[in-house]
Parts: sequence; C-alpha cells; structure tokens
Amino acid sequence: MTQEGSTTSGHRGLDAEEPLSFEQGSPDKTGVDLPEPAAGVDRLGGLTRTRPIGLPGLAEPEVVRHYLRLSRQNFCIDGGFYPLGSCTMKHNPRLNEKLARLPGIGDLHPLQPVSTVQGALALIDACAGWLKALTGLPAVAMSPGAGAHGELTGLMTIRAALEDRGDARARVLVPESAHGTNPASARFCGYRVEAIPADRRGRVDVAAMKQKLGPDVAAIMLTNPNTCGLFENDILEIAEAVHDAGAFFYCDGANFNAIVGRVRPGDLGIDCMHINLHKTFSTPHGGGGPGAGPVVLSAALAPFAPVPSVVHGEDGTFRIIEHPCQSDAKPFGRVKGFHGQFGMFVRALAYMMSMGADGLHQASADAVLNANYLMARLDGTLHPAFPGPCMHEALFDEDTLKDTGVTTLDLAKALIDEGFHPMTVYFPLVVHGAMLVEPTETESKQTLDAFIASLKSLVARAHGGDARFFEEAPRLAPRRRLDETRAARQPVLRWRPPAPEIAAE
Amino acid sequence: MRYLPLTEADRRTMLAAIGSETVDALFCDVPSAARLPGPVPGLPNHADELTVERAFQAWAARNLSPANAPCFLGAGAYRHHIPASVDHLIQRGEFLTAYTPYQPEVAQGTLQYLFEFQTQVALATGMEVANASLYDGATATAEAVLMAARITRRSRIVLSGGLHPHAREVTATNARFMNLDLVQLPPDWDGGETASDAVNSATACVVVQNPDVFGRVRDLAPLAATCHAAGALLVVVVNEVVSLGMLRPPGDMGADIVAAEGQSLGNATGFGGPTVGLFATREKFVRQMPGRLVGETVDADGRRGFVLTLSTREQHIRREKATSNICTNSGLCALAFTIHLTLLGEAGFARLAKLNHVAAVSLADRLAAIPAVTVMDGPFFNEFTVHLPKPAVAVVEALAGRGILAGVPAARLFPEADHAAEADARLLVAATETNSEDDMDRFATALEEELR
Repeated sequence: MTQEGSTTSGHRGLDAEEPLSFEQGSPDKTGVDLPEPAAGVDRLGGLTRTRPIGLPGLAEPEVVRHYLRLSRQNFCIDGGFYPLGSCTMKHNPRLNEKLARLPGIGDLHPLQPVSTVQGALALIDACAGWLKALTGLPAVAMSPGAGAHGELTGLMTIRAALEDRGDARARVLVPESAHGTNPASARFCGYRVEAIPADRRGRVDVAAMKQKLGPDVAAIMLTNPNTCGLFENDILEIAEAVHDAGAFFYCDGANFNAIVGRVRPGDLGIDCMHINLHKTFSTPHGGGGPGAGPVVLSAALAPFAPVPSVVHGEDGTFRIIEHPCQSDAKPFGRVKGFHGQFGMFVRALAYMMSMGADGLHQASADAVLNANYLMARLDGTLHPAFPGPCMHEALFDEDTLKDTGVTTLDLAKALIDEGFHPMTVYFPLVVHGAMLVEPTETESKQTLDAFIASLKSLVARAHGGDARFFEEAPRLAPRRRLDETRAARQPVLRWRPPAPEIAAE
Repeated sequence: MRYLPLTEADRRTMLAAIGSETVDALFCDVPSAARLPGPVPGLPNHADELTVERAFQAWAARNLSPANAPCFLGAGAYRHHIPASVDHLIQRGEFLTAYTPYQPEVAQGTLQYLFEFQTQVALATGMEVANASLYDGATATAEAVLMAARITRRSRIVLSGGLHPHAREVTATNARFMNLDLVQLPPDWDGGETASDAVNSATACVVVQNPDVFGRVRDLAPLAATCHAAGALLVVVVNEVVSLGMLRPPGDMGADIVAAEGQSLGNATGFGGPTVGLFATREKFVRQMPGRLVGETVDADGRRGFVLTLSTREQHIRREKATSNICTNSGLCALAFTIHLTLLGEAGFARLAKLNHVAAVSLADRLAAIPAVTVMDGPFFNEFTVHLPKPAVAVVEALAGRGILAGVPAARLFPEADHAAEADARLLVAATETNSEDDMDRFATALEEELR
C-alpha cells in the first residue's frame, strides 16, 4: 500500500494500532504477583477444571499500555464537545470519583451488620432527600440500576397499586416520540402498548390521547421535556385527564436536566418519574453504564415501592427494609441485588451538594440558554423541526440538506473530522433525518461558537455540491466508516484462536 | 459556580442573539403556576469542594470499613485485592466520560475492550458467546429466565432453593409481571435438593446456582441431562466468578445460559453496587439474548474494527418487541473486570482461585475445631455455612463490636418467620486471598469466646 501516511508498524504517530489482548503475551506470564498456594488442598469434590480457559498472559506494563492505547481511540466529554441529544453529556466532576473511593464508603460490604453502616444509610437517606425535594414527590425507590430499569420499576409499582385496589388494567399509552425503552418497559411489565401520535407542534396530540384513555388504561408514559426538546405545555390538562380516567401519570425523567431546580414534577401532576443520575446528576456514563435510575413516587404509589428502603429508626439510627416481610407497607418485590447503585448515589449527592439549590437553578437555565443559542445561531443553516423556544436540546430535521446528496448521517460523520462528537441522529423517530443537539450547561460560549462555525461551513460545503467529501467522512478518526451490515450478517462476537496451520511454508 | 462556564456577559450576549429578554422567557411553555420564583426551597446553596468532602468523610467515619476489620462476608459480594492499575486505567477520561459507542469510528477503545470482555466471559464460563454485560447478577438471572421462556415457548420456571435470595426475588418479581408460572423450591439448607424431580414437559428452565448460596459446589451434569431430555434449559448462576479459575465451568456441565455476578474481578464491594452482570449462552440462542453485543467487522479501508451489532433485538429498534427493555449496560465495571482478568491471565487466575480455596479450607478447619460449631458437609470453594449454638445475628453483632466482620447470618437473607428454625443458627462465611492467617486466628478465637 502506498497510501499517504502508511507506516511499517501500522501506527501513525500518537495513533497506535492495538491488537487484541488475546493476540499478545503468552499463557505462562502474569501481571499479578500472588503467593504460592499451599499444595494438596482440594475440597472441590472432584469438580476441578479439566482444561485450560484459554486466557492470554501479559505482564503489568503490557496490560497498562494495551488499555491506554485503547483509551486513546475514544471520544469523551473530558476531551471535547459531546452534544448527544437525550444523553446529557455534562462534565463529570472528579470530586465525585474521589468520594466514591473513600475508605468506609467504597469498600463497604452490602451485608455488614446495620450497626456498622449507619453512615452509608444516612448517605442514601440524604441522597433520597435531595431527589424528593427537587421533584416535589414524597417517596423514592432508590434501587433501580439504570433509566430503563427505573421505568420498569415505576410501572411495576403502578401495576401493584392498581391490583391492590382490584383494578387490573391492560394498556399503557406511549407517545410515538418516546425512547424505545418506554414501550419495552411497559411490555416487560405485562402491559399492551398503544402509541399516541404527536401533533404538528411536536407535542402529544391531547385530543387523540383523550380518545385512547379508558378504564383499562393503567398509565401514560410521557417524557417531559419531550424528546423533541419541547415542554409539553398541555401537561396539566393531560394529568387531569389521566387521573380522571383512574390511570397514573408516569414521567420519563431522561430530560430532567432542562428543569431541575426550577420546576418540580410533582407540581405538574406527575405520579411517578425515574431520574437518570448519569444524566442530570453528573455521574459518569462510563462507555455505557453503570447508570442509576431512582424512581420518585406520589403518596398513592409510595406503599408499593420495592425493597430495599432505608428507614429512620426510633432512636435516630437507620434501618434497612430488605424483604417485604419486614415492611408495614405493601412492597411489590425486589428489582435488584443488595441496595442499588450505592456508588452512584455517592457521586450524585456530591454533585447536588456542590451545586446546591442555587447552582441547580442556574444550571437548568444555562442548559436551556445554550440550546436556544445554538438554535438561534444556526438559523438558516439547519432547519428546526419545530419552532422555538426549545428547552435543553435543539432538534433539527434534514430539510436544509435536501437535494445536496448529503444525509444527516454524512453530516454527523463530517463533524467527527471537525473534532466534535456528533449529535444524536435519527431520533426521535417522528422527525425525518432528526438531529438532536444537547449542549448541556457545562459548555462555554466559545465551544458553542466553534461548533456553530463548523456546522455552518459543513452545510455550506454540502450546498457547494461536494457530496463525496461527506460520503468519505470521517477521514481523521481512528477508523473510517465501519461495515455494520457485515457485522450483523456474519456475527463475530468473540475472538477465537486461529486454526492450526496445516502445512508450514 | 465551578461547573458552569458561562459568565453574566456571555448570558447577556446569548440572550440578545436569541432575541429573548430573560432566561425565564425561554421557559414560557411551562405552566406559570409550576415555575418556581427562585431556587427549590428547603435545600442548601452551593458548596466548595472542601466542605463537600468533609461531609462525606463524616459519613465514612460512621461506618466500619472492612479495611480496618477482618472481613469474612460473602453471600454475593466478595472482597478481593484489586491491582492498582485497574482503578487507574478505568479513571482515564477516555473511558470514564465516554458514552455508549454509538459512533464506532471514535469509540474503538470501548468497543474493543467489550469484545475482549465478551471473549473472556465466554471462555471462563465455558460457553460459546457472551454479551457486553447487564446491571448485576440478580437482574441477569431474571433476564435468563425470560430468555429461556422465549426460546422454549414454555412458561414454567423452576428456581432452586440454593439460589441467592436476591436473585430469586428479582427473578420472581420479573416473572410474575410477565405471567410466568413460578416453582420456587424451598431453601436447600442441607444440600438434599433434587431439582430434577421438579422438571416436566412444561418446564422452560431450571435455575441453579454454583457454588450455591450456602457455598456448596455440585456437579450439574445430571440435572442438565434431565432438563435437556424434557426440552427444558438449564440456567446456571455464578455469584463468585473467581471460582471459575479452578472449578469446572457451567458450560462443561451442560448449562444453556449462564448468568453471573462479576463484581469479584476488578470491582470493589462498594456496598453492593454498581457491579456487573455477566451473561453467556450458546451460539444458537444469540438472537434471543438481552443486552448489547459487540461484533467484529472492517472499516472502509479494510481495517479491522468493532461495532454494536444485532441491535434489531434491542429496544431502540424493536420497541415493545425487543428481547429486553435494557439500554445501558455496566460498561465501566465490565472494563474493570476485563483489566483485572487480563492482568491475572491464565496462570494468575488459576492461582487466585487456588489461594481462595486454600484460605476457605483453612478457615473451615479452624472453625470446625470450636466446640459446638458444625461446618457443613461436602465440597465448597471459598464460602461455606456453619451451624452455631446461638442465633447468628447476635454473634455477628457481638463480633462486629470487637472489630471483626464475621460473616452473613442466614437470617439476613431468609428473614421470613417460617424459615427462622433453620436460618437462625446458620452463618455464611467466606474467605479470600485478602484474609491473613492472623485474621482467621482472630476470628476463630473471638468466635470461640463468644460461644462460651
């Protein structure tokens, strides 16, 4: 190959090509020194392994280099603007990480005697207290492991409350624009899902929703602000209609960052909402988890919340209800091992205390300001799917790219070469060629201006007829576009040792 | 405020560009009655780092850290030594602060480590394929049951009495809402359970744990044969993955799905979370799997690369027809797992397992020598159950007062009144490579004194 920049090693300056760990080292090496175990001890009853596992062996420096080189192939919020709509890629404070690792916090065993973990229970209680105050709802189930898990838990709570009053219901209403997790969670709670259309303003079609309401509707699941980045301004009317039908109002709290500290969901008639601690409350996304999805609950739902729950004892100590038989209420069961994502409670609480009521009030203002600034400055460059003002994210459609031969995906890939992470593309599904841009409050005006300048120049280039430039993007990333069809048609989901060579040359 | 870069001047300039007088005007779609005039009442204002840190140190000081007390607790969370480079590497911003690898051109780091993780999990469990992780072992168990019901198109689920109660309760909760028919065998106090007897032609799967919640290890091959003869699947749960360094893996005993808690490698006990759920199965069931999968492919220049794949199983494409509602997995915990296992390698992993087994055998012998203490019969790995002449809850509390974290009373896991007769006297005890001979002597001596 005579490709420009090609090298013998395959590396390109700081950009290293890194083989799989399985293609390195040798099985007799190790990166951990351990003492020699006493010989002759075996109480496994003959159930020992009969063959090697097939793991490679690498020394510590080799392992460190391997993962460091892999890390450098990732885009991250620490390194650049990551306006991934619906994901709230805000700064992840390192104080949170430090506190999550304190001795006496990071190293506790979940089943230590309760007398030895009073500080941990107080911490969970404090985190719960903030979440309740910020949402204006009286109870919270802390244990769900992520947003979708919180949705499922919230719906289970609703179903338990309905069944307790002898009112089994069959349907859950979900807007077409909802996250895919909403219908999936309803289904895994045993409900039939019915879609509600959006109106021309990108909001729930209230008339259509009212038609679908009935005595067999258990709940409506509404994201607010919705996935189009708009506040559902008919929310009080929606809540009233839902309650009049005897159903519960579930809110997907994925977009809580737009209103946190300024609007309490409890004041909007919401009965139940999960909170993505990894979005609104700055816990790291970690390349796709771990998240945490506590669910705040109205007084009507609170008795049915799952175990565990931390409760105040008579003498100022804390207790933990770990099994329904220990509860005076009617918990529907358990959704996760132990006490939920404790490490994420630590981080979220550190964030909430750092920001305070005043800081959170300012944060949602800045998040909304940043999104509206992008929308205003991109006027004429990208076409807003709906007129503003928007909330914390700006949604554009593909209209201004019409007849250029350049698609939403092409534009996204070209942004990679400009040093930005692309926005969310092709979501929500209700908008053709959707581009959902969520800047968050932790970006400076300077960063936004640079992003705007790149987008303007790229869209101008698209109009200049240079479709090929876009088709070939990205050029400057660790990889060019990847063949996803091939990956799905001939799945290779793990490394396998190469077949032994039959004849050596 | 240190996390907010906009200045007042920026805000004014930006509002002017928008053509809005105030930020509040941007919230015009929110009903005015629900708009708070100022910060949320009842909460303190912002705080500097030092102030926040002091508050957390005060909470930490009210806990007994296992770093300061010999710790013999297991029951699904195990204290192991984590090499320093693991935590260093997972805190690199490129790993910590990246999102789900939806743009694979700039996420090869995450995608490649997940591909390596999937390979490690498949190999260690003796299975053909594994996914990119789930929330934890308990939720992975529930997902395994739902998957078995989809594959077999049957609804009868048999849960062994050796299953950790948290995994059993999470599975039972999910199964109930999906209208599955649940057969829960009673707690297997003495290892006499014959789950085979519960299998019939309507059975979707049997779920067993190995080692079981009481620490017992058993050969699951006969149960697998019974399941397969009836057209049912065998789901094997592993709560202590270090056992796989030494113990015959579930795949070699006929498991169809393995659901495991991966905390032991790379992840601190962390008061129970976050951890990482492992999920492995046979190749023919891949399209029924829950969770994310990473696959190998090539880029436009023909270079090897990795992408999220088979996503037509997932909620963002299939919505209510998806194989699971899961979106986020446990990426960073999976990274910690994978780095730790890569550091250990074949030889180190086997040695670590052996050290755990040796420690547990040594502790079991010490405790068995105490009059009135009975150690359970039969094979075990690094955890076992002892029978005490007094309620275990009180003994554990007394030993905690002496700075020893003595184990998990069975009554903590089985608090129902009808289990009291069996549970009260039983204590689950684990030993790992972190327990010194001195720790074990202190524990045995203190226990003997408490029982006098």
